[in-house]
Amino acid sequence: MTSSTHPETGTRATDDPGDVQVYRVHIRTTPQAIWDAITRPEWTVRFGYQSPVEYDLRPGGAYRGLASDAMKQHGAPDVVIDGEVVEADPPRRLVQTWRALFLDEGFTRLSYEIEDEGDGVCTLTVVHDVTGAPGTAAQGAGRTPGAGGGWSQTLSDLKTLLETGESLYR
Amino acid sequence: MRDDDAVFNALADGSRRELLDRLYARDGQTLRELTAGLQMSRQAVSRHLGVLEGAGLVVTRRSGREKFHFLNPVPIQLIHDRWIDKYTERPVTALVDLKTELEQRHDLIDPP
Repeated sequence: MTSSTHPETGTRATDDPGDVQVYRVHIRTTPQAIWDAITRPEWTVRFGYQSPVEYDLRPGGAYRGLASDAMKQHGAPDVVIDGEVVEADPPRRLVQTWRALFLDEGFTRLSYEIEDEGDGVCTLTVVHDVTGAPGTAAQGAGRTPGAGGGWSQTLSDLKTLLETGESLYR
Repeated sequence: MRDDDAVFNALADGSRRELLDRLYARDGQTLRELTAGLQMSRQAVSRHLGVLEGAGLVVTRRSGREKFHFLNPVPIQLIHDRWIDKYTERPVTALVDLKTELEQRHDLIDPP
């Protein structure tokens, strides 16, 4: 919305936030549990869009988000999201590119920041720079009809899963 | 629960809801941008933003010299998932049952 991306370099002035979405949730769990829930397919199938993921957790490593069973029933291809790991600092920080293959848009930049607040509570902050990707922005904000509740619902579900052992939406 | 109290308290003020609406319309604004066009002083806006941030509804991030404010909808989603759903699910189901029952009775009284 506020993007003033340089037309040639694709970079923005440092005081321009671009079109960025920020989501934060507090979860009573460990940083490692959150890290595993984001990066391991046996966890990612248990919350949110329930898509298995494949991560090569090193800079330049591949990321693939695979179709869930429900997506496959609707005719989705095997790989629905692709991207590349930019930075992996387990269990604190993961930065990656993220592109929805079902949208005709370029790569966006996604980061997960995990902070241990002490007292057994962690803060997970998701920052999704969706500059130049309005379809991805709408999806992340849960504004795409029939395409789920976006990051809010995913993080609410993740909190419930890690705190109670069960997903909100089964 | 304390987290919920902070969210309800933060939402129980028209000025703060207006600030959230402004961030919903355009996310990632500075204090200066958020104050522009409002009948509130910069200090009042800053104080309201502090309450919203304390409740987790606003998250701030620094970029260069500026501090940007972002709307974080997750606390509202949590309240929705843990409270609103719980109370709305049954009544809606009950209304659907009532509709079905009334339609069936109507069929009995006045056959098509």
